[in-house]
Amino acid sequence: MIEIDGLCKLYDGVPVVDDVSFTIGKGDICAVVGTSGSGKTTLMRMINRLVEPTSGSVRIGGRDTRAFEAHQLRRGIGYVIQGNGLFPHRSVAQNIATVPQLLGWDRARIAARVDALLSLFQLDPGQYRDRFPSELSGGQQQRVGVARALAAEPDILLMDEPFGALDPIIRGKAQADLLAIQRRFGTTIMLVTHDMNEAMALGSTIAVMDRGRLMQYAPPSEIIARPATDFVAELIGSGDRPFRMLSLDSVLNHVEPGAAAGEAIDCHASLRDAYAECLWSGRDALPVTRDGKPIGRISLARLTRLAARPR
Amino acid sequence: MKIGWLVRIAVLLLLAVFLVVPESFAPLLQPLARYNAPAIYNQGSLLDITLNHLGITLLATLAATVIAVGLAILVTRPFGAEFLPLGRSIANIGQTFPPVAVLALAVPALGFGTEPTLLALFLYALLPIFENAIAGLSTIPRDVAEAARGMGMTGWQRFTKVELPLAFPVMLTGIRIAAVISLSTATIGSTVAAKTLGEVILAGLATNNTAFVLQGGIIVGACAVLINDGLGALEGALKRRTGNAGR
Repeated sequence: MIEIDGLCKLYDGVPVVDDVSFTIGKGDICAVVGTSGSGKTTLMRMINRLVEPTSGSVRIGGRDTRAFEAHQLRRGIGYVIQGNGLFPHRSVAQNIATVPQLLGWDRARIAARVDALLSLFQLDPGQYRDRFPSELSGGQQQRVGVARALAAEPDILLMDEPFGALDPIIRGKAQADLLAIQRRFGTTIMLVTHDMNEAMALGSTIAVMDRGRLMQYAPPSEIIARPATDFVAELIGSGDRPFRMLSLDSVLNHVEPGAAAGEAIDCHASLRDAYAECLWSGRDALPVTRDGKPIGRISLARLTRLAARPR
Repeated sequence: MKIGWLVRIAVLLLLAVFLVVPESFAPLLQPLARYNAPAIYNQGSLLDITLNHLGITLLATLAATVIAVGLAILVTRPFGAEFLPLGRSIANIGQTFPPVAVLALAVPALGFGTEPTLLALFLYALLPIFENAIAGLSTIPRDVAEAARGMGMTGWQRFTKVELPLAFPVMLTGIRIAAVISLSTATIGSTVAAKTLGEVILAGLATNNTAFVLQGGIIVGACAVLINDGLGALEGALKRRTGNAGR
């Protein structure tokens, strides 16, 4: 879907992005992780040509992005930035309608789309449509920012630290919402973050950047099991590796037959949660339920095996 | 807040009554006019003079707004950035010349009357409007400007839909300051025969008639306060709307 090929960006002769090539598949969520100054944001901004590459190319759906006029290209790509960048002088509905208006949709279609998106993000249209961004909480502003980016039904969504300004509890909810929406529309997402936890939680693939270079591009389990460089290993944190591994999978995929005593765990919980519950309650196994009905158990021994480095 | 607005409305009504039927206030001002001099200015209609005074102020402020805002827009564009120092110099020169000096210098070229006054007020109003317009246009929040580009707005669309509306309340501050300064400075225009309220004040000073000085001064003062507060309220409303009240 997005093919990045030999992309370079030099500022005053200094490479900020240095010969980066990788391909993001259709419907993937690619989390680009790196420290500040690693070039991850510049890399993203070259996708929608907010920054023009010094050399190399980006192809979207097989077409070189330089074949489009820059503003036309951007209208076809959703864009969410840190601090959300809502237009303070426009109402929530006008903000969300920005790109559809630029594309010349008719009024009825825009109004219907705005209401549908507000409902999707759990904001009652009647109550929130005509509010101004300053009248919303941080979490609501962030949701409106994502709704605005999705308004014209783009195939691709670029997100630059979209949850950076949110407190941990709202952030968790926002991440879950994003995953649900991504599954529903099949949007290809490229997400820039400095937070490895966030990358692991959201990314189907992770690209690790350091000083302008791509260190590793792989699924999360691969990054944890076989970090390509010391930098990648350091970013993951060696002490957290087994727990990160467990957090990637859900209990549902590892249910064993049988029963266990004590409080049950839902099958959609992560293995990490199950492991933590075993340790905390001092049990060797937990009953697993699905929609409240018992479907089996998960044992501490099994969890311990799953946490080990894959061979 | 509410009481403040009641007072302002009362001042406006009082001013209107005074301008339409000044004679009814004669008993009030008579004690100030000595030797049986007239208590109310009698060498022209106060209403006409006031309207003319306001007209000169309006015209000068409008012209300065068009030029200063236009210049500010130009120098805040990427292609015009190098003209920023030049623009600043022009606006500064306008502010440096005292209006009296401009009047004196302009009379030989433009003759006596309204024109030299208009020129002096116009020059004097350039700087506050220009500086505020620049401040407004160059303090668009980064993430908002970035979002506008990222959404796929063209340069013109970003300017008309985002930058201008966001800068407008700040621009209005400069226009308000310039209007109030022009309103009070216009009084000196009567020294070169422009028909402004300065005429009433000067007549009072020349004949030692405090009643004239007072009525000329109070009309200018009341107009200045009302215009300042009216435009200030508009600014406040716009800023509240955009959630910028605290900025």
